[in-house]
Amino acid sequence: MIEVQQITKRYGQHTALDRISFSVAKGEVLAFLGPNGAGKTTTMRILTCFMPATEGIARVAGFDCADQPMEVKRRIGYLPETPPVYQELTVTEYLRFVGRLRGLTGNILTSSMQREIERLGLGAVQRRLIGNLSRGYRQRVGLAQALLHDPQVLILDEPTVGLDPKQIIEIRELIKNLAGSHSVILSTHILPEATAVCQRVVIISGGRIVAEDTPEQLSARLRQSEKISLTLKSPTADTESRLKGVQGVQHVFVGGDSGTFILESELGRDVREEVARLTVTSGWGLLELKAISMTLEDVFLQLTRHEEGLVQDPVRTSVESTGQPA
Amino acid sequence: MTPVQAIIAKELRSYFVSPVVYAVGAVFLLIVGLLAYLYVVFAGAQAIQLMQVQGSAQINLNDLVFRNLFASTRFILLIVLPILTMRLFAEERKLRTFEFLLTSPVGINEIVAGKFMSVFLLFLGLLGLTGLVPLVLALFCDFEWYPVLTGYLGLVLLGALFLSVGVLASALTENQIVAAFVSIGLLLVLWLLSGLGSLLGDTAIGQAVTYLSFMEHYDHLVRGLVDTKDLVYFFSSLALMLFLAHRVVDSARWK
Repeated sequence: MIEVQQITKRYGQHTALDRISFSVAKGEVLAFLGPNGAGKTTTMRILTCFMPATEGIARVAGFDCADQPMEVKRRIGYLPETPPVYQELTVTEYLRFVGRLRGLTGNILTSSMQREIERLGLGAVQRRLIGNLSRGYRQRVGLAQALLHDPQVLILDEPTVGLDPKQIIEIRELIKNLAGSHSVILSTHILPEATAVCQRVVIISGGRIVAEDTPEQLSARLRQSEKISLTLKSPTADTESRLKGVQGVQHVFVGGDSGTFILESELGRDVREEVARLTVTSGWGLLELKAISMTLEDVFLQLTRHEEGLVQDPVRTSVESTGQPA
Repeated sequence: MTPVQAIIAKELRSYFVSPVVYAVGAVFLLIVGLLAYLYVVFAGAQAIQLMQVQGSAQINLNDLVFRNLFASTRFILLIVLPILTMRLFAEERKLRTFEFLLTSPVGINEIVAGKFMSVFLLFLGLLGLTGLVPLVLALFCDFEWYPVLTGYLGLVLLGALFLSVGVLASALTENQIVAAFVSIGLLLVLWLLSGLGSLLGDTAIGQAVTYLSFMEHYDHLVRGLVDTKDLVYFFSSLALMLFLAHRVVDSARWK
């Protein structure tokens, strides 16, 4: 349904997206996970035809975003980071305007508005000016807007921001129910949200995709292995490959310039002794060696914290080696 | 309802919810009414003077009232219309609805057309209310309707041009005050071009510069001359401004 191939976006000298590729199948919910400024919003803006990519191809429902933007726009419901509401309109006036912009008329328009007002619990506020509504209600009006024309593809930029816990659960339920009939991309930096709603998670950092997997597999893989944090004073170029060569070590994550390596080994196997020996004999300058228990949050932070130092290869290969395309 | 009509309806709704339209409309109508009153009183004073000197008086309302009124209204529009247009795009960008509008399945030309038409209709409404001046005067005195009507045609065309400049300026920035100042500035430059043109005299450059200003074209219409050359000027400059606004809106996506 959504296909992104080697998308690059540059703003002058600054590269916001660097050869991003991923795809979303029909009915699938994909989470875009990453710290602020990682390129989530830029990717969404390209997919919604708001801005063109510098290089690469983006397709939605078979239509190219660059060549047939109208066809793409008709099939997309988009909720930007800030709900795009007009404060001087009432909820119904706003939704009617949105529907008309998208070519809905007559009974279809009325029934679509009614459906979304019910679905998002806006009945009580439908005659009030949006400017007088709370942040949570505005967010829901924004969602109603995205869903109004029943699009095949939904692109939601942080859909649960500003909502209270009860509303967050409702919205997540809503997105789950949309799965199957709609393809959804949602960006978030809340990990439980990704785990709760999505079939697949793409972790993006510094304009690159650093990991892509199902949330279960991502966390399962990481929880089922022993992890060791190793900090070295003077690692060499071949440190990583030699660490990988240690018996029992499955993956090596490089933690940037600081000389920190995260080593994964199979459950119940302690490779610390072996690693310490290798480190000392190689003269890398052992500063710290400890076992860590890693959650999805930890790996997310690990993958995204040292953006500059993250040379793509170490992390990418380690993810690819599990058989998942990165 | 087509998307353009939807945009027009929405913009008009937004205009009438905000106090700006009421303030601007009231000031505009008050000043036009006051000026009309003053010109009529002056004309009356002149008539009395002529009576005393010549014993009889024939004054021309078209010259003494309407031409002056049309000349002054030009200046009021230059101040008032940019205040109406300043919010059109600047507000969308400030409130982040710009992205929503551009990701809707609506062409940029439709967006620009809708926004322009909404404020143009609003302007026509305001201008229509000033029609009370000639209507009331017609009850009490005689004047020629033809130059009054061509004068109104001039105001409509002039207003359309001012509004299109305002739409362009509003697309350039997300600050409404800046948008208003930019459009007033652009319009003043266009205005002063006629002065520069007459300074350069009857040379080719001088004529070209004079042609670029709206002054001469508008004056022709106020004097009752409907010349294709002037109509071409208004329509082509209007089209150019809206085209530029289209380009600016389109390029705003790239940033």
